[in-house]
This record gives sequence, structure tokens and C-alpha cells, in this order.
Amino acid sequence: MRTLTKLDSDSSRARRELHDHIQGSGPLARHTVDSNGKRQAGSASYHESAEKHVTGKAAYIDDLSLPAGTLHVALGLSPVAHGNLTKLDLSKVKAAPGVVDVITFHEVPGHTDIGPVFPGDPIFVDQEISYAGQCLFAVAATSLLAARRAVKLAIISIDEQPASLDPVAATEREEFVRPTHVQTRGDWQQALDQAEQIVEGELFVGGQEHFYLEGQACVVHPTEDEGVVVHTSNQHPSETQKLVAEVLDIPFHAVTVEVRRMGGGFGGKETQASPWTCIAAIIARRTGKSISLRLPRSEDMRATGKRHPFHNRYRLAIDAEGIIQGGEITVIGDCGYSPDLSDAIVDRAMFHADNAYSLGDAQVVGHRAKTHTASNTAFRGFGGPQGMMIIEAAMDDIARQIGEDPLTVRKRNFYRDGREVTHYGQQVDQRQLLHTLVETLESDSDYWARRKAVSDFNATSPVIKKGLALTPVKFGISFTAQHLNQAGALLHVYTDGSVMINHGGTEMGQGLHTKICQVVARELGLDLEKVRITATRTDKVPNTSPTAASSGADLNGMAARDAASKLRERLFDFAAEHYSEGLDREGMRLEGGMLVAGFGESERRIPWGELVQTAYLNRISLSEKGFYATPLIHYDRSVGQGRPFYYYAFGAAVAEVSVDTLSGEYQVDRVDILHDVGDSLNPAIDIGQVEGGFIQGMGWLTSEELKWNDKGVLVSDGPATYKIPTFGDLPPIFNVALMEGHPNSMASLYRSKAVGEPPFMLGICVWSALRDALSSLTDYAISPHLDTPATPERVMLAANAIRKKVL
Amino acid sequence: MATIAFLLNGASQRCDVSPDTSILTLLREHLAQTGTKEGCASGDCGACTVAIGESTAGTQRFTSANACITPAHQLQGRHLVTVEGLSEKGSLHPAQKAMIESHGSQCGFCTPGIVMSLFTLHSDLTQRPSPLSPERLEAALGGNLCRCTGYRPIRDAALRMNDTPYERPQWFDAALPASESDTQTVDSAGTVPFFAQPVSLEELTQLRQEAPQARLVAGGTDLWLEITQRLAPLDQLIDVSRVAELLTVEKAIHADQTGWWIGAGVTYTQLEPLFEKHFPAFAHLLHRLGSQQIRNRGTLGGNIANASPIGDTPPVLLALGAQVVLASVNGDRCLALEDFFLDYKKTALAADEVVSRIFIPQPTEGSQLRVWKLSKRREDDISALLGAFSYRIVQGSLRDVRIAFGGMAATPKRARAAEAALERCTISAAASAEAFRAAQEALDHDFQPMSDVRGSQHYRQQAAKNLIERLYLSLSAPDHEVMLHAYAH
Repeated sequence: MRTLTKLDSDSSRARRELHDHIQGSGPLARHTVDSNGKRQAGSASYHESAEKHVTGKAAYIDDLSLPAGTLHVALGLSPVAHGNLTKLDLSKVKAAPGVVDVITFHEVPGHTDIGPVFPGDPIFVDQEISYAGQCLFAVAATSLLAARRAVKLAIISIDEQPASLDPVAATEREEFVRPTHVQTRGDWQQALDQAEQIVEGELFVGGQEHFYLEGQACVVHPTEDEGVVVHTSNQHPSETQKLVAEVLDIPFHAVTVEVRRMGGGFGGKETQASPWTCIAAIIARRTGKSISLRLPRSEDMRATGKRHPFHNRYRLAIDAEGIIQGGEITVIGDCGYSPDLSDAIVDRAMFHADNAYSLGDAQVVGHRAKTHTASNTAFRGFGGPQGMMIIEAAMDDIARQIGEDPLTVRKRNFYRDGREVTHYGQQVDQRQLLHTLVETLESDSDYWARRKAVSDFNATSPVIKKGLALTPVKFGISFTAQHLNQAGALLHVYTDGSVMINHGGTEMGQGLHTKICQVVARELGLDLEKVRITATRTDKVPNTSPTAASSGADLNGMAARDAASKLRERLFDFAAEHYSEGLDREGMRLEGGMLVAGFGESERRIPWGELVQTAYLNRISLSEKGFYATPLIHYDRSVGQGRPFYYYAFGAAVAEVSVDTLSGEYQVDRVDILHDVGDSLNPAIDIGQVEGGFIQGMGWLTSEELKWNDKGVLVSDGPATYKIPTFGDLPPIFNVALMEGHPNSMASLYRSKAVGEPPFMLGICVWSALRDALSSLTDYAISPHLDTPATPERVMLAANAIRKKVL
Repeated sequence: MATIAFLLNGASQRCDVSPDTSILTLLREHLAQTGTKEGCASGDCGACTVAIGESTAGTQRFTSANACITPAHQLQGRHLVTVEGLSEKGSLHPAQKAMIESHGSQCGFCTPGIVMSLFTLHSDLTQRPSPLSPERLEAALGGNLCRCTGYRPIRDAALRMNDTPYERPQWFDAALPASESDTQTVDSAGTVPFFAQPVSLEELTQLRQEAPQARLVAGGTDLWLEITQRLAPLDQLIDVSRVAELLTVEKAIHADQTGWWIGAGVTYTQLEPLFEKHFPAFAHLLHRLGSQQIRNRGTLGGNIANASPIGDTPPVLLALGAQVVLASVNGDRCLALEDFFLDYKKTALAADEVVSRIFIPQPTEGSQLRVWKLSKRREDDISALLGAFSYRIVQGSLRDVRIAFGGMAATPKRARAAEAALERCTISAAASAEAFRAAQEALDHDFQPMSDVRGSQHYRQQAAKNLIERLYLSLSAPDHEVMLHAYAH
């Protein structure tokens, strides 16, 4: 279950870790230069598949060669958002050319509910339709086109009901997918009652389509016994294994799930990749044929959930300096029709409603509203970005109210000594890092000189207005469901010395496999080329967690390291005993492809290949598994207090924008980013995550607009209508740096930090800069309301409300 | 089914394809070449980008295309280069090398398309060396979506790929097969699939009369969506892309006006030089019309005949007073473009007619053209609305004012009331403010726009009025910047 749980006090592993491992004193990623000057972990190696990517050889699901007789599946989706299915006549579908099998709810042999955490997601509609795009039936035919054309022949009658599409109204009616959660610290009511000043506001934060370039896809082969082998583009193979087994009513060991790589995931393939594999698996078992199922783009966009839209409100007490004394924040997540991961997502929005600022005596309330749309799901940041938006809006609003620069107000409110505990009770460590990072960026980006230049420009430019904003990020790292913070790895060394590592994480482009290979190469003192990862498979490493929560390298890297170091120690023991001249066990090390023992004149070197071969002949196991569980974390949901995060990752970004206040068009002129990844495992990959995350976050807040019609049908269902950033949206000046010299204070993997999600929220500075530019229309007296995404339409309408008309 | 002969990465290929086969289907499903990816099947993401080579003076020139919406038949006599071809002999193309070294791929799914766009840019730069301006980079890569990298490393790869010495391999310029395809029997009853490729207007109009139910295809950039998105059977196709008369641009005098006859099959890319010289505002719009892949295939005639209310060129052509010639076996008829658009997707085109050419009058002394497109994203997006303003300034007052909008009505449409309000108004600030205010109000009479996925009714009404305000400011206070650099240049 993904719900938050208390620290399991019996966790012996956690206790053992507490002794020696929690506080960071381990080796650093940067201290990995071997005696030949070669670096393993900590080096800017190319992506392990880079050459395969650029030559077209990297295979994605739809590129796999299929056995003769493979059937292709197309889905019949509901055209309406809410109602009852009164008739589903598929006789013409079954009779269509090429059609081999047609299945509905009634053909499911096992479980019909495939909710990942909580029930609520029927694999097919039985009677009640809950969103437009929900799956009614599936057709298998000899070609995809035949299957898709057959789908259109279905005769569907639906008793259509009014769709509930407004999460605020749903909240008022208490229509929730999960109960409301509250976090309280101190007497927030008193803080408001005794406030010198009160500032309040509300904000709609739009959702976001993942727009992974490779859509949802799987290939399922029936096995010779009762099971299936599943190839899927998927962030959570173990969950898919479980769900496939359950819908087929077979044991888990009859299902093997394999993921080589994804053409993008971003959270959209954490739970939302499973339904298609379940459907394909049922048909594979029924027909005895291999099944290919991939969703065409518009069906993918209608059928799968997105980033949750949020409606947020705040009411905060501030002093004359603009420092928050306390108050309340309410976030309403639009969860769609079912729980999916929404409990944890709204929780994470609540955990990040403070961002980098102490809220004082505060209450944070999180509602999980139920609406008739696809079930909204994980997306990079997992609710964190939506939660952060409300406090960043508040920072700008406070600045206008007290007449100070927003950066000044932000800095005054940072967590600091004496104001160091969050509203959920976790002490913020590395506070000084936050201050240092922001001060460094402030100075490196020339913030104050540019602030003056922006003001001067705006004073003489009636139409074009410039805006500038610096926003920080503090993002909590760990799954908030404690049990997911575990990982396994499986290491094989073959007798030629080549190494195979498998682990529970999946590769979606983030460079996880590259980093894991670097870890193993480092632990075994080998060149990177010696270490290979194939695919992630449930029969190699079982019971894995999703590759999510930015935790891929943190967890799986530690498991791989555990496996490699255990194997290394075994080889050391063997060598010390085996070699007749007597190798010194103390100080034995693996480096540069050698086992090295002793120092100076007594140094002995044994090549890795020879060592491995000798160990094999002496019947020493060359295979090892590794395991890791994150220590220390706990959260008591009954009181809303605890330490849900092992550590925080920090970052900050400055954006300068120009806004055409007549047309609402804008351009991002310059962006400067400084981001904290502790000690970087691979600076090139980490920079890639920071830049890519930033642009994706910027897209979320600017051009990416999801639109449903008034009946709840998604009308932005393809790249023609849903606009992710493109080449020209890259800021012409884009300075991105990793914070140096501040390794993780916790004993993370070589003192590195997670990097997948945190940079996404750096994009908030673009939205804040747009508001800054608009605010200049009122000489910074008014903090303009600007819901997101801040499309040219929203920016133009916001400007029109406050600007002086010439005509 | 018909057989086509073409080169695939330097090797001769003969394939049987049905009329509705796209290049992507041919590659992935018939030839098992899966390096080219399908991201959207609608020509919007660029994951399926391939290069198509045509011989010009002995060497081949490669242009990018979205394989998902380009008819396979059009490969006849041409050279298809795919990502597999670039590194066939084991060594990487500079575009591939630069992408690796710049860490330009993450998930890798968009990468083959990006490599192919870089390849066409690279081969273009070798053949026509010129500085790699930001605009040129944007043009080359604006049609390739990447969800992972944020594009910075891809920009770096584009900038560094020319540092690698490179010799154009001989297979690039291998001899092309003859361009004529098999003649197919045209079935006027409409039951037998065919793909006809006439080469003269006479043949085309003849075919049109024999098979009025057949669909016309030029670039396929819109028509092909009926196959990939609506799964419509599209098995009777007349390809107009090789009709000689449709491919010419000629300067001429027509109805006492000097101007240019532009063949309906001329692509946006081919129009660029003419527009850059004589209609810079129109040329600038072309940079924001679709992507390079689309501009290489899409045609002016297609944009008109398609009659979408949000097509980019019709409002501009309306403001410029363009005329359109409809040809049939009975001869030509010439219409003012505003008389061509009748209602939503309805035109004056008879069943036996084709749009053959468009006449654009040359700008006269003192005439000005402003073209302002508003969309959610600057590149590769469809207009929420588009305003085109054409006028002359004669002794400080506006004359011959023609204003047309896209996205404001069921068709691209002139704003006659707004035009009347501005006609003969003086440019001096105080006097003209009144007229421009009247023009803004007149827009409410001219248009009752609707709300859709690209913008609300209120936004469209207000934005159109704000464009009138922008026009006023640009005339009355020319020293002030009224547009953003990225949109104005």
C-alpha cells in the first residue's frame, strides 16, 4: 500500500544502518578516480544506449520482431464521460475482416479490478462508465488497422448522465476518491487571529499530459504452461506481473515481465502501463497467440491519466517584513474517477506546500476530489509541483503587499535556524546549503543589476514588459510509502571477467542503467565496458518498487553496490586464502582491472580475469545479490507528523521574460540554474535531467493546456492541439550548473542526490517572471492573478484586466 | 496495388504498395526497418522524420519529411534516406557523432527523427554554406519534439556536427530510377483502388472529370490525417505533385495588375525566396507555418482548397487581394479568393475542377503588409487567430485597407466593417484613435468567433481588437517596440 505508515521499529536493517550509515561519512562520487586516472561513478559517461539511439538500433516495444500469427489489439473506448452502459452489441465487430477475438468485462478470468493500490479501476466497464476514454472492449485481429476498423462497428448504447468535472464543486459535495488528510503544527488559528497583516489568494494549477514519445505499448507471448511473458514499456514491472497474474488467476511465478527501455515515462507508465498488458495477456491466453497492443496517440491521451490539476487556496499571517507567522493552505487535487496513486500524490502536494519556506504555525489540508475524467496519476514531481505553486504565488503576493522585491521576501522566509521544522514535523537539514545556493545564483546571475535594468526598460516600454524571478526548490526524497523504499540487484561475473548487473529499476531515458554500471565498475575497479545491463526482468530481481520518486539510482544503485561489495569481499577472502605467497587481506583493493594487495614493495597485483577464473576453478560463487532499504524514514499519518524524507534536494532558477501585453505572447530571454545533486554520479546525465526537467516544468506552466469539452471529452488529444515545448522554446541564454562542494549530508549513494524530479519545479520561475512582468503594468502595486498554464490567452486576458488602453 | 521503384539508402528497391500506404508503414511493416519511429501519426512530432532526395544537376538534394503522412507512392524515382542508412558502413554520420558527444539523447525515441533533421541540415549546409543562425536552426529542428532533453544538447549537436570532417558518400548520389510510375486504370465507378500521378494539367483535369470521387493529394500533410486518425478508406487518389503547370512561379500581368502566378502545387519551402523578397511579413509567417517537414511537402494550393478557417495563408492572400484559378476540362475560371470560400470547409470548387494557380498582385508604392499569428506555441502550432492587414499610406492617411482574419469565422474572412472604419483615416494620433476605436468595435459586427481547443470566444474577440491596437501603435508610435523580437523577426 502506498499509504503512509509508521517506522517499522522491527526493521533490523534500518537499525543496523542507523549505527554507521545514516549520517554521511561514506565515499564521494567525485573520489572515484582510479590509479589510471579513469573514472567510473562520478564521470560524465555517455548514455549506455547512446549509439543505439542515434543509429535507430535501440529497440522499443513496437520494434520487436513478432512471431508468425501475432494478433494486434485495438480498444473500444467510451465516448461519454458518465453513464450506464445499456447495450454493447459486438456482433459486427466479431464478423469484421481479420478479427480473431473480442473480449469484454465478462471474458476476464480472474480479478476484474486492477486498481494499483486501492480498488476502483475496472479492467473493462461492466455497467457504470466513469470517464470518456474508459475501456469497454478489446478486439484482436490480424493487423492493427483491421482491429481499429472493427472497433468502429460496435453498437454502443449508453444512458448518459451529467459528468462531474469541477473538483471544487466535488469537494463541496464531499465526493472524494480518498479521505481528506490534514497536517497541523502549532496554533495556526491564533496566528491568523493575531496577524499584523493577512495575505490570501487562490490559484488553479493545470494538469499535464506526459507525452512520452513512445506511447503505451506491450507485446505478450503465451508460455508453454499457464503463463505469459510480457514485454512492456513500463516503470513498474513487478506491479504489472501481479496484476496480469491476478486477472488471469494464475500464480505470480507464471508471469515474467521484461522492460529493456522506455521511450519516455515521466510517471505515465508507473500504474498506467498495466491495463494494456492485462488485456493483451487475457487474449494471449485465450488465443494461444502472441499479442501486440499499442495505443495510438489520441487513444493514449484519452485513456490514460495525467498530472493532477489542482485548485489551491492560502490564507497566511505575515509580519511587517513579510515573514509568514502561520495560516492555512488548502489543496484540492482533481483525481479523476478512481484513487490510483492520488492519496500519495495529494500528500506530496501537502508536503511541498511550504517549498523552501517555514510556514510557522500552519495547517495544510489536502482533498482528493473525484471527477469524471481519466484517473490522474504520477507525473514527475508527483503532486509536489502543484503544492509548491501555491506558496510561490503567496511569495509574490506578499512582496506586492509590502512593497518589497519578491526575492527579498523569499529569502526572509527560508528555513533557517530557529525556523527549521516543517508543518509535518521534519527538521530541514542542510539549511545553509539552501542559503548558499540561492546567494550564489543571485550573484552569478547578476540578479540585482538585472532587476534594475528590467525596471528601467519597463518604465519606457509601454507594450513590451520584462519580468524577472528567482524561485527555489526544496524537494523531499523518498517514497512516502515506506515499504517502497527498498531495492534489489543481481550481479553475475562470468569466467571471462565480463560482468552483468540487473536491478529492479527501469530505464526510461534518465540514464539509470548508465549510473548503475558506473557504480558496479567502481566497486569492482573495472572499466565501464566490462559491465553490462540487459533488461529489467521480474525473474531476475523480484518484488521491485516502481522506478519513480527520483529514487532509481538512490535505491538500485545502493543495491548494486551492496551486491558488488559483497562479491568483492568474497573474492578478497578467497585470494587471501588461496594464493600461496600469502596476500595481505587488509588493504586489499580492486582497481584498474586488478586485484591489488599490499603496498609499496610488497604490493602484489592479480589481473581481474585471472582472479575470476581461479575463483571459478576453486568453486567460489561469482554471483551475488544485493539489497537496500532506506533507513530512518517514518510518518505517522494519524497525526500528520514524521520524517517522510531521507533528505531534501535543493535548487534555484532565475528567469527573465519579455511579455507582449497586447497579444499575451511572451518569450523567455534568459534562464540561470544552480542545482544541488550532492556529489554527482554523472554530471552529464545530471545536467541533462536538470535541463530537461526545467523545460518540462516550463511547458507545464506555459503552453501545455489540457482541454475538455463541457461533456468531459478531452479535446486536446494529440500534439496538434497539446503543445509541449519545442526547439524554439529553449531560452537563448541558458546557464545551468550543478552546485559543487556540498555532498549529501546523509549516507546516500556516494553522497549523491536524486535528480529526476526536483529540477522540474525550477520551471516555476518562468511563471513567476510572467507575473512580475504583468505586475509592472501597475507599477508593482498589484499581484496579478494568473492561473496555469499561462498561455498567451491567459496572459493577454490578465494584462487586459489591468493595463491602460491606448484606444 | 502498384509497384514503385526508388532508392532506399542507396540501394534499389521495388515495392508493391496500396494507395493509402505511408512511407512509415512501408518502412516499418513492409520492409521491417524499425529505426524510424511513430510518435503521433499526425505529422506533429517528427519522430518519423526521413530525408527524401531529388536530383538537381547531378547531385541530390535532401529534404526532410514526416514519413507518417507522406504517401509511399511519392517515392517513385526518388531517394529515401533513413536513420539506418547513415551509419550503414559502420562509421557514424557527423550528426550521429555529435548527438552522442553532446549527450543529445535520453530516452532515444525521438532521436532517429532528430538525427534525420540534423542530416538534412548538414547536407544543406554542405551544399549551400551559410551561417548557422538561430532562425535556421529553429527552422531545421522546430518540427522534432523531444520530451526529455529540453533541446540544449541537441542545439549543441547541431552546432558542433560541422566540426567533424566528412566526405559525402557516393551512395548519396546513386542513380535514381525513372520517375514515371505504372499507369493505373482509373475507375470512375469508385470501387477499384488507384493512385494516379498525372504530369500535365490536361491529364489532371481529364482524370478529375473521370473520377470526381477520387481525392487529390499534393503534400498529404492534411489529407493523410484522414487515414491515420479517422481510419478512412482513402484508396482512390490523384497525386497532383508532379503536374508541371502546378509547380511554376511566374511573374505576369493579370487584369491590369502586375503580380505572380503561383502554381497550386508549389510548396511553402519553394515560396520562401519570393516572399522574402516581396512580402517579408508573409515570409515570416511561413517560418511559423507547421514545421520544416510540413513546409517541404505542404502547398499553397492545398492550404486554399482545404478551406480550413484556421489555415495560415488564406487570410494573408485575402488581404493581398489574391485570385484563384479553377481548372477543368472545360477551361479555367478565375475568382477573387474571397468568393472561393463559401462556408465551413465549403468552396466554389466544382466536382470536376482543381485549384490550379493563385495570382498575388505585386505590392504597389507605399503599400504595407502586417501579418500577426497568435498561437499557444510560437513554432509548429495552428493559429488561434491570425490577422492580416494590407494598406497603403498616401499623404498621411490609410488607403485600400484590406483586413482579413483566420480563426474568427467559419471561413478565412475579410473584416469589411473594420476596413471601412479605417479607410482614409489619418495617421496623426488624435484623429486616428477615433477611427481605430471604431474599427475595434466594427470587429464585433464582422465576426462572432467560437470557443474551441485553441482559444475561447472572448479571447479571440479581445485579441483581434488588440491587434487593431497594435496596428495603431505601430503606425502612430513607430519608435516604440510593439512586438517581441522572437515574433517580429
